[in-house]
Amino acid sequence: MSRTWRFGDDVNTDEIIPGRYNLTIDPTELAQHAFCEVRPEFPQQVAPGDVLLGGRNFGCGSSREHAPIALKGTGIRCVVAESFARIFFRNAVNVGLAIMICPDAASIPDDAELSVDFEAGVIRDERTGVEYRAEPMPAFVRAIIAAEGIVPFLREHDLDELL
Amino acid sequence: MGTLVEEILTRRVGRPVAAGEMLIVDVDFMMSHDNTTPLAIGAFEAIGKPIRHPERVVFHFDHAYPAPNIQAAANQKLIRDFARAQGIRNLFAQGICHQVMFEEGFVAPGRVIMGADSHTNTYGAFGCLAAGFGSSELGVSWVSGRTWLRVPETIRVELTGELPFGVYAKDVMLEVAATLGMGGATYMAVEFGGPFIDALPMPDRIIFANMSTELGAKCGLLAADATTERFLEQHTKAEGPFARLAPVDPDYARVVHLDVSALTPRVACHPRVDTVRPLTELEGMPIDQVFIGTCTNGRFEDMVLAASILRGKQVDPYTRTIVTPASRAVHDRMIREGLVEVFHAAGAVVTGTGCGACIGRHGGVLAPGEKAFTTMNRNFVGRMGSAEAEIYLGSPAAAAATALAGHVADPRPLLAALAAAAAAAAAAPAVLDPEAVR
Ligand code: SF4
Repeated sequence: MSRTWRFGDDVNTDEIIPGRYNLTIDPTELAQHAFCEVRPEFPQQVAPGDVLLGGRNFGCGSSREHAPIALKGTGIRCVVAESFARIFFRNAVNVGLAIMICPDAASIPDDAELSVDFEAGVIRDERTGVEYRAEPMPAFVRAIIAAEGIVPFLREHDLDELL
Repeated sequence: MGTLVEEILTRRVGRPVAAGEMLIVDVDFMMSHDNTTPLAIGAFEAIGKPIRHPERVVFHFDHAYPAPNIQAAANQKLIRDFARAQGIRNLFAQGICHQVMFEEGFVAPGRVIMGADSHTNTYGAFGCLAAGFGSSELGVSWVSGRTWLRVPETIRVELTGELPFGVYAKDVMLEVAATLGMGGATYMAVEFGGPFIDALPMPDRIIFANMSTELGAKCGLLAADATTERFLEQHTKAEGPFARLAPVDPDYARVVHLDVSALTPRVACHPRVDTVRPLTELEGMPIDQVFIGTCTNGRFEDMVLAASILRGKQVDPYTRTIVTPASRAVHDRMIREGLVEVFHAAGAVVTGTGCGACIGRHGGVLAPGEKAFTTMNRNFVGRMGSAEAEIYLGSPAAAAATALAGHVADPRPLLAALAAAAAAAAAAPAVLDPEAVR
């Protein structure tokens, strides 16, 4: 059973992964320190398939790629937020972290069990059947995320395949 | 149908696009410099595929060139070795990347240009989409020749009125920064237009696109017109015919109006570009170093303006005055037209071209406790050296007046005296007439 983790507005990359842990880019290692200062129980309790709920401007602050890599390392299914900081958004796609922009993220209940349809842009609470609209992710973004990031994607494919 | 950035991308992908859409686009040129190229090479090598269009890859040596230390030298060697091995022929060490990009003809209306430098936005002054990317993304794009992007929403900055005497485009841009705030346009495009921009010569227009970065913008854009085309033909290697793209029934996220008619000289105070005050409020504040240069205000016209104020006078002996031309072409013209002599005679140092003191690594590093008055675009803590130094930003005219006084000084009385003398003589050389360069 997956759970949700709720965060507020303007979550910055220092909260996601404090600078002193940025000596590695190993996702599993970084994941052990994700949110360790602002939410100490997070690294222990987060489980694959969980969903992060954020407010506005998720991922603001420094442009470090370590932040989305750390979240990817936790195995979460997706970060759902009202909006993302520009560079975090780019970095997330490029490192293969699934994200969704959902203006109604605040109204998703804490105990929801969420399933996510990236193509249609729909987030669904499986307990109640309530659906929340998000921005659909175009095929190329889904393909990059599925390949675990742009570098592994380009190793095997060509961006032209997605045009 | 759309804003200028939507029009450019519509043309690029061959179907109408609107803000919010995500696209994969073909990239005309991918620019990086001695600071950012090594990281791009790292990402490129992790993919292990060839460069798709080596002729679209452009390397500059400008941030610390010639290399001031062993580490910089090793990085630059790495870049040259890589370029040689990959058949990259576009290597430039003749000025600030953003200046050389348009001088060498890489910039033209409608193009899409990526740069591993935050002020890549500069080329938007020529009606193209140019944006800064992370270094590793650039290396990724060498492989694909493309990039993905989200079509940004647009803020329109509508500028009207005529500048009062002694007030310049830089003062206007600082006022725009104060109005929108640092980060006031994060992720968005900022489109500058209106009668003021229409009447503005190209070198001054560049300031607006350049400093859109300070607002957090993905790109800054000005529609190309006859002024743009004439400049491209006369001062760059770009060849026409040029695309004429303009906003068509645009839907802006926000429109900001600013009438410049009553503006006075501005200063952005340490350490935020949006903490802008009238220069007169800071008059008398002692300054240790004046720096005239950078991709914002290091062009020939800026040099003419500064030289017109310094001509025949002496800079304050306790203030270092450093002049760094934006490119070798600017430097050459300064020599030809006698400006280097004017600066030297006034007691200023004219350095070789490049970023120079702007990045605080060579060519004018600040000591703790010092204050600098510069024509740069940003004044972050530690930008020019010591984190305990302060940086103030203003126009080239204000910088020159400050150099003479040794403290922040209003350029207008000096300019008025020059104008009066010129009128009396009625024979002042046109190139040193401050009115002509305004
Ligand atoms: S002059 Fe300064 S702002 Fe411009 S590219 Fe060089 S370091 Fe960057």
